[in-house]
Amino acid sequence: MTKLPPMHLPDAEALCTALADAMRPRVDPERTALVGIHTGGVWVAERLHAALGLKVPSGSMDVSFYRDDFNQRGLHANARASHIPFDVEGAHVVIVDDVLYTGRTIRAAMNELFDFGRPAHIDLAVLTDRGGRELPIAPTFCPHAMSLPAAQMLALERAADGGLSFRVMEK
Amino acid sequence: MNFMAASGNPQLNKHGELNHLLTIEGLPREVLERILDTAAPFTEVAEREVKKVPLLRGKSVFNLFFENSTRTRTTFEIAAKRLSADVINLNINTSSANKGETLLDTADNLAAMQADMFVVRHASSGAPYLIARHMAATGRDHIHVVNAGDGRHAHPTQGLLDMYTIRHYKKDFSQLTVAIVGDVLHSRVARSQIHALTTLGVPEVRVIAPKTLLPTGIERLGVRVFNDMREGLRGVDVVMMLRLQNERMQGALLPSTQEYFKSYGLTPEKLALAKPDAIVMHPGPMNRGVEIDSAVADGGQAVILPQVTFGIAVRMAVMAMLAGN
Repeated sequence: MTKLPPMHLPDAEALCTALADAMRPRVDPERTALVGIHTGGVWVAERLHAALGLKVPSGSMDVSFYRDDFNQRGLHANARASHIPFDVEGAHVVIVDDVLYTGRTIRAAMNELFDFGRPAHIDLAVLTDRGGRELPIAPTFCPHAMSLPAAQMLALERAADGGLSFRVMEK
Repeated sequence: MNFMAASGNPQLNKHGELNHLLTIEGLPREVLERILDTAAPFTEVAEREVKKVPLLRGKSVFNLFFENSTRTRTTFEIAAKRLSADVINLNINTSSANKGETLLDTADNLAAMQADMFVVRHASSGAPYLIARHMAATGRDHIHVVNAGDGRHAHPTQGLLDMYTIRHYKKDFSQLTVAIVGDVLHSRVARSQIHALTTLGVPEVRVIAPKTLLPTGIERLGVRVFNDMREGLRGVDVVMMLRLQNERMQGALLPSTQEYFKSYGLTPEKLALAKPDAIVMHPGPMNRGVEIDSAVADGGQAVILPQVTFGIAVRMAVMAMLAGN
């Protein structure tokens, strides 16, 4: 993968703030639980948890065991354990990811979440929607949309000081 | 045909990925570490409301046990079921082998039933290798073979789950002294453990056994040999006990099990010679009062039951990696 010259990428920090603002009227700080998808979604969930003053500890999910391309691509090399520190049964869960693309990761995440219990309600929060959906999945909270060709990959990065930024890579 | 061609190791495919798991001997350190790393997230699956992930949905795993084993067969079965595979158990000593069917005919028949994976336990060393080679030679190397113990040769998933257990408690292999105690001569477990420990960089591996229960030339595997258990246990971090394999004993290798316990049974008094935080492992089933004292087996340093739990995660990791490669 090669890094491309700078282009018009959204400001990830500003999008975190905008996402928290969009969610604030719709979350209950005592009850709403976040689940971040590894790795970018976990970072965004950390920000949202602080910004929204949520009480329920956030979960994290690595959907490697639920991916629909296992038969083509095998098991992901760096699979991590999922960690859901709250009772999913009857909960209001917001799945958090950095970039929404085909929707396949979100499908896998919902399948996995149901193996922990039956949530009352699931929402989806992402920083940006880059288009290219392959499944009927739409975000509940999404402060930004853009269009990227399929050959390019948009990824969130975290600097040593904790600052978040986007970068685009050729696949 | 091309069985050995690409990588020189019949267990690896042309991309250097694990296609079969037949033995730990000759596997690169990175492959062993990858298996241990992959097993870690599978331990979490067992704690869920639904103890299942869909990775092997629609795949058929055949447990071919030509030799009795309850625990190993059960843990492979649980591992495959937690990966959502369909599991078919065949105890062949009660089946067609008694009617004269050969090993490869049995494998061919099951392959014709669209098997995706064979888990093979056999009293003859090399039986799983023979099946894997036959599958490759007949263009069916999409069928994966896992060795669940062959003769005196290897028991790679036991070796791997032991490494997972050691890493869980000791974090790092590079400073450890590990002792393997008991019937090394008949033990496929010991061979797999020795290869795994040396590959993962354990600086000192000891074997402790009477001369009659040690294969000749065992030093060549990179181990220090002790015939005196007290001497061998001094300062070790990990004690790996082996089962005294009564069913494999031919002739008088031992005076009596009581004598054996006196010299090579792990008692609290002998364990006190190891480091205070040493862990005690055993592959099961245990012969209490023969190779291990109940006070040790049930004591605070024993990690024998966690070994069983980790064994399921390790077998899930192996099966998921094979099926995905």
